Amino acid sequence: MAQTKRELLVDPMVDNNPITLQVLGICSALAVTSSLQVAFVMSIAVTLVTAFSSMFISMIRNQIPSSIRIIVQMVIIASLVIMVDQVLKAYAFEISKTLSVFVGLIITNCIVMGRAEAFAMKNPPVASFLDGVGNGLGYGLILMMVGVIRELFGAGTLFGVTILETVNNGGWYVPNGMLLLPPSAFFIIGLIIWAFRTIKPEQVEEREYKIQTVEAH
Amino acid sequence: MGVRSFFDRIEPHFVKGGRYERYFPMYEMVESFLFTPKTVTTAAPHARSYVDMKRIMTYVVIATIPCILMGLYNVGLQANTALADFPATGWRAAIIEFFGIGFNPQNPLANFMHGLLYFLPIYITTLVVGGIWEVLFATVRRHEVNEGFLVSSMLYALILPASTPLWQVALGISFGVVIGKEVFGGTGKNFLNPALTGRAFLYFAYPAQMSGDAIWVPVDGFTGATALAVTASDGVQALAAQGMSWSSSFIGTIPGSIGETSTLACLIGLAFLLITKIANYRLVLGCLAGMIGFSYLLNVIGSDSNPMFAMPWYWHLVIGGYAFGLVFMVTEPVSASHTNMGRYIYGALIGVMVVMIRVINPAFPEGMMLAILFGNVFAPLIDHFVVQANIKRRARRNV
Repeated sequence: MAQTKRELLVDPMVDNNPITLQVLGICSALAVTSSLQVAFVMSIAVTLVTAFSSMFISMIRNQIPSSIRIIVQMVIIASLVIMVDQVLKAYAFEISKTLSVFVGLIITNCIVMGRAEAFAMKNPPVASFLDGVGNGLGYGLILMMVGVIRELFGAGTLFGVTILETVNNGGWYVPNGMLLLPPSAFFIIGLIIWAFRTIKPEQVEEREYKIQTVEAH
Repeated sequence: MGVRSFFDRIEPHFVKGGRYERYFPMYEMVESFLFTPKTVTTAAPHARSYVDMKRIMTYVVIATIPCILMGLYNVGLQANTALADFPATGWRAAIIEFFGIGFNPQNPLANFMHGLLYFLPIYITTLVVGGIWEVLFATVRRHEVNEGFLVSSMLYALILPASTPLWQVALGISFGVVIGKEVFGGTGKNFLNPALTGRAFLYFAYPAQMSGDAIWVPVDGFTGATALAVTASDGVQALAAQGMSWSSSFIGTIPGSIGETSTLACLIGLAFLLITKIANYRLVLGCLAGMIGFSYLLNVIGSDSNPMFAMPWYWHLVIGGYAFGLVFMVTEPVSASHTNMGRYIYGALIGVMVVMIRVINPAFPEGMMLAILFGNVFAPLIDHFVVQANIKRRARRNV
């Protein structure tokens, strides 16, 4: 692989972001971004799982029979997710309650599977580990951006600290209730993708069909 | 003469190669607003009609006039009636007292003026904020601003409660114009109705200012439930106790959003749109059939716990936003289905959905907005299946 270590880490942040370019992992991005704290924990969890699952899969990639590779990958990913889940339950019970099923659903997160299948099966362990960290951070970056917008304008707080005093607490800010509903993340992620692709036009996909123009006489 | 020659004089600066080439959309907007556009279709097919987009949009605005007038009167009437118990304060009261009009609910002029003072700020905010977005996108994307925005902004202003704070008005129309229309490429490419998109945004973002009992009559401290809210809790019979008869609902002297209370005014607009063939009658028929059929079905099924089940179709017609939505939103050509069979299905889908949301979903007493947006999303799919069915039918014929 011609990529340097730095590229492996930094590329998935903007140039090859799993959410904005590949549009993967959207489901959890909708569900866990209504408060920054939860989004932050989720980002760390996904980064850890992606990094270590990629590393372990890469280590045994030459021993895995190709016919059952998905099952082997799932076993490794699932074990890691269960570990993360147990650690969260032990040390951060409140947050693990808010995250509820979404920690378990990291198993089915397309980013983890995608990296295992597309990168770790073909590359050495260190590179796979860095690639996993990079993709996890790319996912986390978008999660944090969405989380900042949703928590700040939806509840007037950041990490639970009041920034905009809401009307109910005697302040001036009327919180935008829609931002606390999951669908609002659709709009925000859409707008972020729009911004990314305006800055980097090479990310724009080709049209599926072209509008024919008839020549004027 | 003077205006035309002024435009002819400054036009060279705005066309390609001129000094202000970038600002051509703004020039074009003002020019085509005042004059018939000079450009005509040059490529085949050469089907030309005097009913161009400008005229369609102007006709729709004309059709809203009865709703505007009735809405202004009713907002003032509701406010003035409520003022009997609450003192009038604020800048509106100052203006009305300055002109010596008074707050007598028996005086149509006083009602009208009071309503106007609520409607105008909302409408002006809508025009200014939405207009800025339109011009911004037109300038950056190099397309032209067209009269469609006049329709969207008028409809948007008419479906808001009169007490909506102006900053929310601005936020809603921004969302409607940008997310509902411009991200998809502007007028003609929007699959959602921009006015309803903006309204739905406000509905979910600020439920305290967009739903409940305290917002429909713009007097602080006064609560007046809409007819739908009353029915949802106590049934149709309870409406009479609130002073809402079928005829008053039909004429529109009940609490509600600014322009949507009067079914009569909406029907006048509908007649105008049908005669000028701007609105397609199939959409209207489909929507009426869906609503009448499904509410009749629910009447037959009945329910002990939910009084909405017993609501007959002629009440569904006159209360809430059904009539307004039917006339101005369902018939909107861009976001509706485009095949004739599809139009019946599309209308019926909305008619069924509106009754379903109103009656069966306790969270939303009003269902027209969501039903139409739902229909908008399904319109292309309906067209697809109608087209496929037609292809199959013709293929069978030629075996």
